[in-house]
Amino acid sequence: MNRALLARLNDLDRRWIFLAMGLSIAIPILLKLRFPEYPGPMARATFDAVEAVPEGSPVLISFDYDPASAAELQPMASALVHHCASRKLKMVFMALWPLGKQQADRTIESVLKQFHPGYDYGTDYVQLGYQSGNEGVIKLMATNVPEQYKTDAAGTATSTIPLLASVRDLSAFKLVASVSAGYPGAKEWVQYGNGPMPDAFSIVGGSTGVQVSQLLPYYPKQMEGMLVAVKGAAEYEMLVEEKYPIDKPDVIGQGRVRMGPQLVAHLLMIALIVLGNVAMIASRNRGGAR
Amino acid sequence: MRWTTMPRSLSTLVVAAALLLPFSVALAEAPGAGPDKDWIRTDRLPLLLVIVVVSAAVVAAILLARTGRPVKIRRLAALDAVDEAIGRATEMGRSVLFVPGIMDMTDIQTVAGVNILGRVAKTAAEYDAKLEVPTSRSIVMSAARDAVQAAHFEAGRPETYNADNIRYLTDEQFGYVAAVTGSMVRDKPAACFYMGAFYAESLLFAENGNSIGAIQIAGTAEPSQLPFFVAACDYTLIGEEFFAASAYLSGERDQLGSIQGQDLGKLLAAAVIIIGCALATAGLWLPACADGAAALRKFFGG
Amino acid sequence: MLQRTVPIIILCASGAIMVLAYFVTAAVSWSETVNVWFNVLAAVAFVLGAGNLLKVNLEKISSQRPGWGYSAITLAAFFFMLVVGLFKVGAIPDSKYPGVRLAGNYETPASPYGWTYEYVFSPLTSTMFAMLAFYVASAAFRAFRAKNTESILLLATAFIILLAQTAAGMFLTGWIPEDSAFAFLRLDWMKVAITEHIQTAGMRAITIGIALGVAATSLRLILGVDKSYLPRGGGAA
Repeated sequence: MNRALLARLNDLDRRWIFLAMGLSIAIPILLKLRFPEYPGPMARATFDAVEAVPEGSPVLISFDYDPASAAELQPMASALVHHCASRKLKMVFMALWPLGKQQADRTIESVLKQFHPGYDYGTDYVQLGYQSGNEGVIKLMATNVPEQYKTDAAGTATSTIPLLASVRDLSAFKLVASVSAGYPGAKEWVQYGNGPMPDAFSIVGGSTGVQVSQLLPYYPKQMEGMLVAVKGAAEYEMLVEEKYPIDKPDVIGQGRVRMGPQLVAHLLMIALIVLGNVAMIASRNRGGAR
Repeated sequence: MRWTTMPRSLSTLVVAAALLLPFSVALAEAPGAGPDKDWIRTDRLPLLLVIVVVSAAVVAAILLARTGRPVKIRRLAALDAVDEAIGRATEMGRSVLFVPGIMDMTDIQTVAGVNILGRVAKTAAEYDAKLEVPTSRSIVMSAARDAVQAAHFEAGRPETYNADNIRYLTDEQFGYVAAVTGSMVRDKPAACFYMGAFYAESLLFAENGNSIGAIQIAGTAEPSQLPFFVAACDYTLIGEEFFAASAYLSGERDQLGSIQGQDLGKLLAAAVIIIGCALATAGLWLPACADGAAALRKFFGG
Repeated sequence: MLQRTVPIIILCASGAIMVLAYFVTAAVSWSETVNVWFNVLAAVAFVLGAGNLLKVNLEKISSQRPGWGYSAITLAAFFFMLVVGLFKVGAIPDSKYPGVRLAGNYETPASPYGWTYEYVFSPLTSTMFAMLAFYVASAAFRAFRAKNTESILLLATAFIILLAQTAAGMFLTGWIPEDSAFAFLRLDWMKVAITEHIQTAGMRAITIGIALGVAATSLRLILGVDKSYLPRGGGAA
């Protein structure tokens, strides 16, 4: 390839890049490419944190994301709920994002009701739904859960729900998990939930890849476990499925399914960066030759 | 500095704090205040000390600035480019776009963004450039209108203020992105400012702005979005620069002074980090230093 | 003056209460009240935005300005969701109160609201988010250039993270024993070293700076030094 052509790559129409990226994602999806994953320390720490909760203890799972980031976060949310249910933990679902409630509903339908039909509403799990107020919701829950949630998502008074009858504040939960796509999310749970009572309960967080840098300072001290993006979900799924196998692995195996396109897309990114640098060097040399 | 020159709110707060703190401490030490009935969280007193020191440094710096002492603030390239960007938009006969982030006024970044908007709006009013401010929160829209209208008054051109250029779109993150990027592609603003709290939409805005050839200046304190703005924008105010910029652009001595107070806090943090690292490292050989490092960690709640 | 003095008093009082509540247990209930008030105000503020949305778009449609068709679609979608959500159109009757239509569940895909959420809103927002993949690629192509030493280091780091974040990392360097002297050459090892040490250290420095910036800005607001959020020129139009 001559230098002039390489130099022209500097002005490459970005639609070619879009096309290449589209193909690099679509082809692995269509071919159902799957690659082996090896659980890393963060996924193991998350797994261990859930395993450490005594059987039958109440845990709080906050769905702090919406459909936009569901592709990245839903696999870990599904695996987490399956893990908690397999450990026979009592789950309280809530959301700090307006559309998080629907994501929790979806998970209840696709995981809890499908693989753990013995779970009864009110005694084994509760859906509190969304409350506006961002970190204000956490602050109030830290001292007074019934004040923040007077009713569950269906409008039933929380004082009449057996699972919540004895819940006064966040310390009633042995574990708080926040699957979050940004603000408010896992960071706010650490700052405003765990901050006032650092030893009362453990926190684990799930995060999108782009948000992880903000959460890293809190791991592993304030946040015992952390799942990062699809990769973290895939690793966690492997650990969960190894100990608690299910007959339909596709529901709990979405993280690993999505790692195929991610691998090819990452390789394309590397190729594009290399190409961009080659073009830059070629145009420099060309400029020097003139 | 005379007491009477302090704003009423400042003096009220100082008096209230002065009265409340001893009162609280006295209650904490009162007989019968058991572990479950503590009036004051003694375990948090070290943090209180840090807050008091940092706050005192900021207040002291504000008071010093009022005495007329010159306040030197490093120039930021991004701020120097504001006039150039608006001037370019005026020459090209195209609009200026200002996006104040996607969070509400409860987020300090939005407040800082609205403050910067005031300065951008003043320059735009002076140049008679059209300024568009789409907002994703209704309260931000109201605050942005106040800021832009005030800027037009300050520029001596109240008649050019048009409230409809500052409009509410939607609270929904990606609905907002779709609306703003759509208008960017259609109207092709020559200068785009992104100042506030941004999340996944940062790159969507910046790449669209890049594709239409706009000068782009961003500022945010969202660490996760800084790489995207740095990669795709011409200038980026990083983290604390963003807050400093808002105070700097206001031109008020009080606000400029507070930046110096903030720097004192940073100096304190750096000193504690260096001392802690030194003690922890020396503690590998000297048990006394290890004890010192442990005591320091315990003091700061580690 | 009422327009400026009252908000400053409210802000000073609320800010002081929130700070105090962290240290004084007696003030916790006051801070809870402040939080509840904020939640109520945040909910009411939606009305303000909706009013402006209607005004701006109706004006655009009536004057048939360029792009008025988009405004028509916006308003149609707005009213559709408002009506089916508010009046629970097609809600699934509640088993406890079958005669009370408004007690029904309107969030399942069987109702118009739930269906629109599931099959229109959800795919649309996912699409917008997915566009990031394309923009990240084009931004990386343009911005990741080895112009100096710092950018070369940045490039090398990007390659390590991109490879280690997928199965390629294990494929390329997974054969190096974890307990050998060369374990540091494993991509997964390098990723952990970069993220947990270099990135976290950098992030902590930025976070400390931001935290102090936030503290100073908050202090400016609580003390009434910064009044930029208040009207200055006679109120908003």
